[in-house]
Amino acid sequence: MSLDYLILGGFVVIGFVFYVATVTASNLLSPTAPSREKGVTYECGSRPIGPPWVQFRVGYYVYALLFVVFDIETVFLYPWAVTFNRFGLFILVEMVLFMAILVLGLLYAWKEGALTWR
Amino acid sequence: MSPLLIVVLRVLAAIGLMLANGVVLIYMLRKVLGHLHVRLGPMHMGPKGVLQTTMDVLKLLTKEDVTPTNVDKVLFFIAPALVFVPALMAYAAIPFSETWRITDLDTGLLYSFAALSVIPIGLLMAGWASANKWSLLGGMRAAGQQIAYEVPLLLSVLPVVMVVGSLNMSDIVAAQSGLWFVIPQLPAFVIFAIAGLVELNQTPFDMSEAESELVAGFASEYSAMKFGLLFLSEFSNSFIMSAIGVTVFFGGWMIPFVPAEVMQPVAPVIFMTKVYIGIFFMMWIRGTFPRVRIDQLMQLGWKWLIPASLAWIMITGLVIKVWQLGPGAS
Repeated sequence: MSLDYLILGGFVVIGFVFYVATVTASNLLSPTAPSREKGVTYECGSRPIGPPWVQFRVGYYVYALLFVVFDIETVFLYPWAVTFNRFGLFILVEMVLFMAILVLGLLYAWKEGALTWR
Repeated sequence: MSPLLIVVLRVLAAIGLMLANGVVLIYMLRKVLGHLHVRLGPMHMGPKGVLQTTMDVLKLLTKEDVTPTNVDKVLFFIAPALVFVPALMAYAAIPFSETWRITDLDTGLLYSFAALSVIPIGLLMAGWASANKWSLLGGMRAAGQQIAYEVPLLLSVLPVVMVVGSLNMSDIVAAQSGLWFVIPQLPAFVIFAIAGLVELNQTPFDMSEAESELVAGFASEYSAMKFGLLFLSEFSNSFIMSAIGVTVFFGGWMIPFVPAEVMQPVAPVIFMTKVYIGIFFMMWIRGTFPRVRIDQLMQLGWKWLIPASLAWIMITGLVIKVWQLGPGAS
C-alpha cells in the first residue's frame, strides 16, 4: 500500500519534470525571432485598450460560495456511502436530516435568485 | 526490482499511454467529425491520413514558443503544468484488468475525481496569466462551469458506492459480475453522463473556448508545446471520464455471462474497447448538438442535476434499507 502512495508522489514529480523537459526541448528545436508586434496579446488584430485584469462580475462569487458548501457536503457523503451497509436505518435518517438543512439553504438561494445567471 | 524503478516505470507507462491516447483520439475526432459532416477528414499523411496527428505533434514541437511581453511570466509557465499533471495523475487509479493497473488504491474513485478537480485551477490560472481579455473570460467560464457540474458528477456515482460499500475501483468492477450498474442505476448514469460531458469542456458545452466568441479562450496566448500539452490534457480527460464511466456503470473489463477466468487474458483489450466506444458517443454528441447558452447551462446544473442526484441517493438508500430490513434480513 505504501508503494502505491510513493507512485502517486512519483506522478507529481515526474509529471512536472516531463512538462519542463518537453517545453525546453521544444524551445531548443524551434527558431526564436522575437519582435515587438509578436509580444502584443491577441485581440482580433487591434491593439489592446485598457488593462487586461479587469474587475469581474460578482455572479461568479455566489456560485463559488454555493460550490464550496455542496463540495463539503460531498466530502461528508463519501465516507457515509462507504459505510452505508454496515449500519441500520438510522444512518439514512441521519443523512436525510443533514441534507434537509442544506436543501433548505439551496431553496433559499434559489428564492433569492442566486441560481439565475444574469 | 527496487521500489524507485517500479515508480518510475509505472509513471512512464502512464505518460506513454496518455500520449498514445492523445494522438489516437485527435485523429479519431477529426475522422469522426469529418464523416459526420459528410467530408473525409485528414487523408494525406499516410494511408487514410493515420500519420496526420504524429506530424502535428512534430510541428508543434518545432514551432516558436511565443510569450507575450505583458503576461504574468511565472503563472504563464506554471498554468499548463497544473492542467497536464492532474490529467496524468488521473491514470493512476484506472483498473484496466484485475492485474493491469498502476495503483490499487482503496480510495481510487475519490482519488480520480480529486485529480480531475485540480484542472479548473490550472485553466483559471492560464486565463488570468495571459493578460488577454478573451483568455480571462474563457478561464472564468471554464472554472464556473466546472465547479457547477463537479457537485452533480461527484454525487452521481455515490449510489453505486453505497451498493458496493467501497471506493476501490477493482471492487466496483468485481461487484458487477452479475449485472452492470447502468441498469439498476440508470438515473445516476444519466446525471453522470451530462455532468461528465460538461466537465470535459467539449462541444456542446465548450463555452470556455468557443472559437466564434472567445478566439480560443484560456489557450489564446499559448503556442508550441505549452499549447500542445494543454490540448493533450483535454483529450486525455475524455479518456479518463469514459474510463470512470465504464468502470462504475459498464462493468469495467468484464462482459456479462462470461466467467472472469476466461476474460483474464483479454481484459485490457475489452476495457479499452469499451472506453473508446464511450468516447465515440461523446464525439457523436459533439458533432450533432449546437452549443448551449451559459445561463441555461448553469440553471440545468444547479436547479435540476443537484436536486435530482440528491433525491436519487435518498431513493437508493431507502431501497437498500427496505431490502435489508425486509426480505433481505436474515
